[in-house]
Amino acid sequence: MLQGMNLACVRGDRELFRGVNFSLEEGGLMQVRGPNGSGKTSLLRMLCGLSNPAAGEIRWRGTAIRSLNGDYFADMTYIGHLSGTKDDLTVIENLLISSALAGFEIDMQEASEALEYIGLGSRQVLPVKVLSQGQRRRVALARLLVCKTPLWILDEPLVALDVMAVKLIQELLEQHLKQGGMVVMTTHQEIDITAASITQLQLA
Amino acid sequence: MIPIFSFAAIVLLVAGLYVGFFVAPTDFQQGEAYRIIFIHVPAAWMSMFLYVVMAFWAGIGLAFNTRLSSMFATAIAPTGAMFTFIALWTGALWGKPMWGTWWVWDARLTSELILLFLYIGFMSLQAAIDDPRRADKAGAIIALVGVVNIPIIYFSVQWWNTLHQGASVSVTQAPAMATTMLMGMLIMVFASWMYSIAVILKRTRVIILERESHTAWVAELQRKETV
Amino acid sequence: MWIIKRDLLLAIRRQSDVLTTLFFFIIVVSLFPLSVGPEMNMLRVMAPGVVWVAALLASMLSLGRMFSNDYLDGTLEQMLLSPQSLSLLVLGKAIAHWLVTGMPLVLMAPVLGIQYDLPVDALLVLTVSLLLGTPVLSLIGAIGAALTLGLRGGGVLVSLLVLPLYIPVLIFGAGAVEANMSGVNFDAHLSLIGAFLLVSLVLAPWAAASSLKVSLE
Repeated sequence: MLQGMNLACVRGDRELFRGVNFSLEEGGLMQVRGPNGSGKTSLLRMLCGLSNPAAGEIRWRGTAIRSLNGDYFADMTYIGHLSGTKDDLTVIENLLISSALAGFEIDMQEASEALEYIGLGSRQVLPVKVLSQGQRRRVALARLLVCKTPLWILDEPLVALDVMAVKLIQELLEQHLKQGGMVVMTTHQEIDITAASITQLQLA
Repeated sequence: MIPIFSFAAIVLLVAGLYVGFFVAPTDFQQGEAYRIIFIHVPAAWMSMFLYVVMAFWAGIGLAFNTRLSSMFATAIAPTGAMFTFIALWTGALWGKPMWGTWWVWDARLTSELILLFLYIGFMSLQAAIDDPRRADKAGAIIALVGVVNIPIIYFSVQWWNTLHQGASVSVTQAPAMATTMLMGMLIMVFASWMYSIAVILKRTRVIILERESHTAWVAELQRKETV
Repeated sequence: MWIIKRDLLLAIRRQSDVLTTLFFFIIVVSLFPLSVGPEMNMLRVMAPGVVWVAALLASMLSLGRMFSNDYLDGTLEQMLLSPQSLSLLVLGKAIAHWLVTGMPLVLMAPVLGIQYDLPVDALLVLTVSLLLGTPVLSLIGAIGAALTLGLRGGGVLVSLLVLPLYIPVLIFGAGAVEANMSGVNFDAHLSLIGAFLLVSLVLAPWAAASSLKVSLE
């Protein structure tokens, strides 16, 4: 269970939000909404532990994430605006490395299957620099298939993806939620996902 | 508080300079030129002491996430750099009549120069970072790294210096000081203390006001002062 | 340590980066005889200092790349969020940085020493001192690189922060060669550099890791 208690965010002199409370149960999806500059990305970065809230506390299974450190990171996958892929490495090398970084050592076979599923099967050995924006996004999202963490924090995962890929990701999310996983995501697109519980968090 | 310290600083400064330049006897070895040590020695002491204080407060700020101590560290840096610069400058002025050269690659002078680099590095790092919280923490790390390094640098330079005896002049000669000389020196040291405290407190206040300029109490204060 | 492997792989895909550092080193060292004259006796005296200063500058110039690419493409975020220890990751990156930039300098140094007419045993001491000293440069440099991450004018700032900290290594590195040439025992110099290496191996990755956390917040 992921809880946010009375969170506040200050950027420079400006207060982006304050008093944000939420609680996300197993199998739940939380969609963070709000106009540009309302602090959606800042909130997600706080939730994954990259930055500290100006006030308030975030708890994972009842313990503050600040005191969990590595243990929390082992339970969580974050995919942000930046894809975290290396231009000079091939698609499959990128996936192998990023999952190793996340603590999941996978073999070529598994990596290859994941890429097949996400629609990059024929491009495994191409360097990432020749891929399109949407394809790079897919490389990053392929990590969700191989890193079996209960909590996913996704910042605009659907951006730059085509209709087919959006459908694919939605399926993936549904499956994850069905298995008791949790998802926090931002998106400007309408999503069509059935889940045990869907909460909306509106930032002004 | 600040006016008290400022007042004390001025009084002590005048007294110290008077004792140093008029009362203290002329040194029979070094002539009148030695009087520069009344400025040089307190400045050199303060420069090193302030760096340690700065690193201490910056470290506290980093460890306990207290904003005030970080602001205090930031406020100390320019004063510390100023004393370092004065120490270097007066050292050079003193060196010219004493050793016949403006600069020697002596361990103390060299370490002082490196100390100046460390201060400048600290200040430019903080200046380059827009977000004040990040600036505090980044500055704290470099200040702490500097504290670990200062002794290493000092002993390295000293060791290096003993290997190159040719050019060096021993500065460590400690002539028995006349009481009035010691008095003058002590008064000047206190003057530097008072000056540092006054300036640093004032600067801390400015930094606080700047950083908290969006909060209500600062706006209130501003309104009162303009009325 | 797969991160070392990854950084090496990246370096191989982008050899030009490695070669520019190496050529910078060679050019700086070669400039000195041209500026002070080809007097062999003088060059021999200058050689250790010149080679060491050039190594310092060359390794400093490449510091910017240590984290900035990973920062720009988001890999660094993932490193911070990795369940593995960030200090170890930083250590891995510093080792990779040394293998890519420090190691070639060490290998090239004897050749440049010959340009300066250094005797054979002095060449040997020079190489050993660089071998022990350049990893320290990479490790201390990692702190500076992490602190200036993403700042405007970060490249100049990193030199301001890092060069004063390099001084002890420079003193004892060049000092070892000089001691050897003047027939003095140089063991003490080398063991001091070794001590610096050990201290920085323990402290620098940790300091750099905290700097990265600060820089990415």
